[in-house]
Amino acid sequence: MIELERYQDPLTIQRVLHSASTIAIVGLSSNELRPSNFVGFYLKRHGYRVIPVNPRETEILGETSYASLLDVPGPVDVVNVFRAPDALPAIARDAVAIHAGALWCQFGVINEEGARIAEDGGVTVIMDRCLKVEHARYVGRMHWLGFNTGQITSVRTGLE
Amino acid sequence: MPIFQTTSYVFEDPESAAAYFNLQEYGNTYSRIMNPTVAVFEERMGNLEGGAGAVAFASGLAAQAAALFTLLEPGDHVVSSSALYGGTVSQLKHLLRKMSVELTWVDPDDPDAWRNAVRANTKAFFGETIGNPAGNVLDIEAVASVAHDHELPLIVDNTFATPYLCRPIEWGADIVIHSATKFIGGHGTSIGGVVVDSGTFNWSNGRFPVIADPSPAYHGLQFHETFGTYGYLMKLRAETLRDLGATLAPLNAFLFLQGLETLSLRMERHVDNAQAVAAFLESHELASNVTYPGLAGSEYRPLVEKYLPGGAGAVFSFDCAGGRSGGQSLIRGVTLWSHLANVGDAKSLIIHPASTTHRQLSDAELQAAGVRPGTVRLSVGTESVDDLIWDLEQGLERVGSVT
Repeated sequence: MIELERYQDPLTIQRVLHSASTIAIVGLSSNELRPSNFVGFYLKRHGYRVIPVNPRETEILGETSYASLLDVPGPVDVVNVFRAPDALPAIARDAVAIHAGALWCQFGVINEEGARIAEDGGVTVIMDRCLKVEHARYVGRMHWLGFNTGQITSVRTGLE
Repeated sequence: MPIFQTTSYVFEDPESAAAYFNLQEYGNTYSRIMNPTVAVFEERMGNLEGGAGAVAFASGLAAQAAALFTLLEPGDHVVSSSALYGGTVSQLKHLLRKMSVELTWVDPDDPDAWRNAVRANTKAFFGETIGNPAGNVLDIEAVASVAHDHELPLIVDNTFATPYLCRPIEWGADIVIHSATKFIGGHGTSIGGVVVDSGTFNWSNGRFPVIADPSPAYHGLQFHETFGTYGYLMKLRAETLRDLGATLAPLNAFLFLQGLETLSLRMERHVDNAQAVAAFLESHELASNVTYPGLAGSEYRPLVEKYLPGGAGAVFSFDCAGGRSGGQSLIRGVTLWSHLANVGDAKSLIIHPASTTHRQLSDAELQAAGVRPGTVRLSVGTESVDDLIWDLEQGLERVGSVT
């Protein structure tokens, strides 16, 4: 059984959110009603450069789509994965190859081998967490819709 | 906490406005659907109950109707405890029928009764942590287990316990509702309600296409797939609250937030006083059937020890000698207890259910709810307990002189 807590550390999540500027989304859909499209749209709105990785599309959310992480020109800070769990080892190998800073696996994208490959290659792993939700929890406006962010504090600037 | 007394919100630009309405971004559109003051109350209730979040409503009954409407469709079926607040009995019986939803009442103390009532079209179980006014305590873990065996959510009304005394989600409940009017607000100033969702129920199990399938009420959005943990709450807000319009006012949310500041202190005093008043009545010759589940002789004592170790709430009933006229004499005789149709105020309250809160119920329904002609319901407040007992004592003397 995979110990997911080690891939869900709040400080690591916040460090990744604050230090990233370029996010490649593997499995980003062009369908506006798909969860990946919600996340990509949200991240663009919040100033991240979003790079679609989807071999079946040429352009998503106004950005050029690439067939593979290996085709993406320039550095990638976060590889955000919306794929079946068994696709993760190959994606993790690509993330290591392009020296990505972090491999962020969405809800349910859980694969122990993929996590190990990334970690062994020096890539930070976050697993079974939504990039949009975590951004909204720590940086954005999740408070505004009555969700339990776990961030209720007397500290004006919020919790670290 | 500022009160955002506003109907609407100036948008930054057309793209932002569209993103808010599309639910692609967390943003305020219109105070029927969300409001910053109300959101603080919602988040704190979600946090106190250990849920994924909450949506507030104009009343407890509005919250309850919305919690059910979000997951029901015509032709569905609900299984409910029969020992409930009279207003809830009326809502389930009549409003659900108007929606073409079937209902089965069960004895809440019998897990097999819940199990035997399940049908192919059943969509939810419903019960109260502490029943109003009969003081029955729900075996949340057992009933949740039956619900989950059939891939159904358990909805629990936690009004009488508050999250200070019991957090039903920790025992397996999937959705928790409150009349915030009661102990949450605590001062009898505001009507309101709230729905808290655990975020853990699998709405994509095949039984709930109304939440899992593309929604015709939101341009084909699939709420559970898109928002996962937050899917039910998103649908509850973006569709049910939007369409029912039973919105909590920001001023009332502010007053509830003030109530939450002292919830722990008030509940400690409420349960101490309730225990003492119940013990006094149990020993009084003109009082019988004292239903306080915290009493040593209560059949619910084991469930109190499991679910309510901090105290069994502060609302219970007893039967006054002399039946209907005896109960009415007592109410006329007391001078500290306020005769009104509410519970959970800091001040002590008294009422005669058969002529008020449970008036629309049939004799059989009254029986199921534990209400007899002489039944008097107390909501024990936070005053000095000696004064409360003195007042009941002198009121009962007047009953004694009549009977």
